[in-house]
Amino acid sequence: MEMDKVIFGDNQFFAVNHLSDEKSRAQAIQFKDDSAIIRVLDQAREVGINTFMCTTHDRIASVCDYMRANPEKYRDFKIYPCMPYAHKYANAVTDLGIVGAIKQYVPGNFFSAITKGGAAFLTKDFIGLMELFIDAEMKMFKGIKIPVIFIQNVLVDMILGLKMYEVFKEYDSYIRKKYNSEPGYITMNMPALLDALNSVGIENPIICCSINKIGFRMSGGKEIYEKYLAEKAFRPIAMQVLAAGALRPKEAIEYLGNFPKIESVLFGASSKSHIQETKELIEHYL
Amino acid sequence: MIRAGIIGLGKMGLSHAAIVSPHPSVELVAVCDTSSLILDAFKKFSKVKVYSDYIKMIDSERLDSVVVATPTKFHYKMVRYALEKGIHTFCEKPFSLTTAEGENLVELANQKKLINQVGYHNHFIGTFRELKRLLKAGVIGDLVHFTGEAYGPVVTKEKGGTWRSDPGEGGGCLFDYASHVINLIQEIIGRPVKASGSQLKRIYSRDVEDAVYSILTLESGLSGILSVNWSDETYRKMATSLTILGKKGKIICDATEIKIFLKDGDAKENLPKGWTIKYITDFAIPVNFYLRGEEYSAQIDYFVDCILKNKPAEINSFKQALDTDKVIELLIADSKK
Repeated sequence: MEMDKVIFGDNQFFAVNHLSDEKSRAQAIQFKDDSAIIRVLDQAREVGINTFMCTTHDRIASVCDYMRANPEKYRDFKIYPCMPYAHKYANAVTDLGIVGAIKQYVPGNFFSAITKGGAAFLTKDFIGLMELFIDAEMKMFKGIKIPVIFIQNVLVDMILGLKMYEVFKEYDSYIRKKYNSEPGYITMNMPALLDALNSVGIENPIICCSINKIGFRMSGGKEIYEKYLAEKAFRPIAMQVLAAGALRPKEAIEYLGNFPKIESVLFGASSKSHIQETKELIEHYL
Repeated sequence: MIRAGIIGLGKMGLSHAAIVSPHPSVELVAVCDTSSLILDAFKKFSKVKVYSDYIKMIDSERLDSVVVATPTKFHYKMVRYALEKGIHTFCEKPFSLTTAEGENLVELANQKKLINQVGYHNHFIGTFRELKRLLKAGVIGDLVHFTGEAYGPVVTKEKGGTWRSDPGEGGGCLFDYASHVINLIQEIIGRPVKASGSQLKRIYSRDVEDAVYSILTLESGLSGILSVNWSDETYRKMATSLTILGKKGKIICDATEIKIFLKDGDAKENLPKGWTIKYITDFAIPVNFYLRGEEYSAQIDYFVDCILKNKPAEINSFKQALDTDKVIELLIADSKK
């Protein structure tokens, strides 16, 4: 499966701005209506971008409803979902604890099955629990093309840090089997993640990670990232290429041109001229 | 290799486990929690040993260091036990429920010459460090006023329940959110010695406060405002900021940016007259492993470094965390007036 070179992101829609909390709140106001999100998505489509990578935020469900209602318009359009929308769960865990949060978000009566079944049941079915979570998160995309499904970096890096690599293997096979999609991984620790995935037999994975000239959010340092980009087998999607805005678009994307392995670039923008400019730069340098 | 254990595998404990484990100088040997769900997950997917009793873990594992990330009411007995066994201890914030307990732990840690640190992670965010440096350099002159704020969407519905909802257990916005801001004010501007007009407001919680408002007076006599609310859903996640007004200018600082306004400019700091905005990209502390923010790894790196070099922590020591607990006590007493 080939990925589009240019992938449109969703941070700008959901008040995510790594450089300014204040700007992020301004964005929350700008995109308070779903129609404002759809308008910008359509502008991206008009300049020829057909892949939208987005978190499983409640508001994406409304965007999906709109896409299903206008199938002709979105015939060539693909979504790369990224799950879960972590802050929803993180705030719930702060409030309710881990077990409380599971109770709140796992569909159906799975949790009562756990408490009834007791310890023997508990030790066996983490994978079942994971599959239920995935299905719940993917529900909103029914009928929409989702060729790659990502786990968000908070979760990827948590599993990576805890060295629970088998979980990646289970995730990988479930995504392929149930959704017939490619599993993808977002991370702030690319070299360590690639080693971990390889260690459980996952070869040539799709990894979305920060790649930028100033080494921002490239854990372990820029040098080891550059080495892996030059030498290792994986399918990189570059994100945070502007280092949260610290770099000018031209110099930022010119830098990516040093690494022919990079298959796609993920970026977000709120205006048509920015979208067009960035897309042209990516196509020129990659 | 430093042998490490984690007590308490809630959100912070899991996050610490995931950060401690990849550290090149540390071996995470054991974890402890009372939830069989969490322990079974570790049993199934990791090689770390699991315990449901921290005393057993400490007695069996010859640990050099431990992270205590349990609810605040358990900190005292757990930290005390670890210190008595000669284990370097990192404790989550807030430190203790009563200052008497806190003082006891500070004394014990110092007497045993053990590295002791508390998880006020904002001090490992580059922008707040820069703020501290600029204030020390006097760029905004004599201070006139400060505002310390934190807002976020933790409790946004009517409810009761959970350990966090018992005021006697440190379950409200004061211990959880406001402690961060108080600690920042204390370490960056100065130690609060008086709280007045304090209000602990319930919004949605049945038993604990969801918002904290107070006027704090510092040792220096400077006063300012504390305004914290964890029931504000206009924020996507916790947002903490300090605004400091001086005779020569003003600085507004949060985890992502630092905005400096100077009446006349400062040649030594290369800051022009008017506004200068600097971003975290210039100040982020480089880390080898990233989870949720550089600051979480940087504070563990610092803890490990202090152990390896056998030098007492200057940032976030038990003593500093105890000072914060004392301000919390002042604030509670004032709110009851």
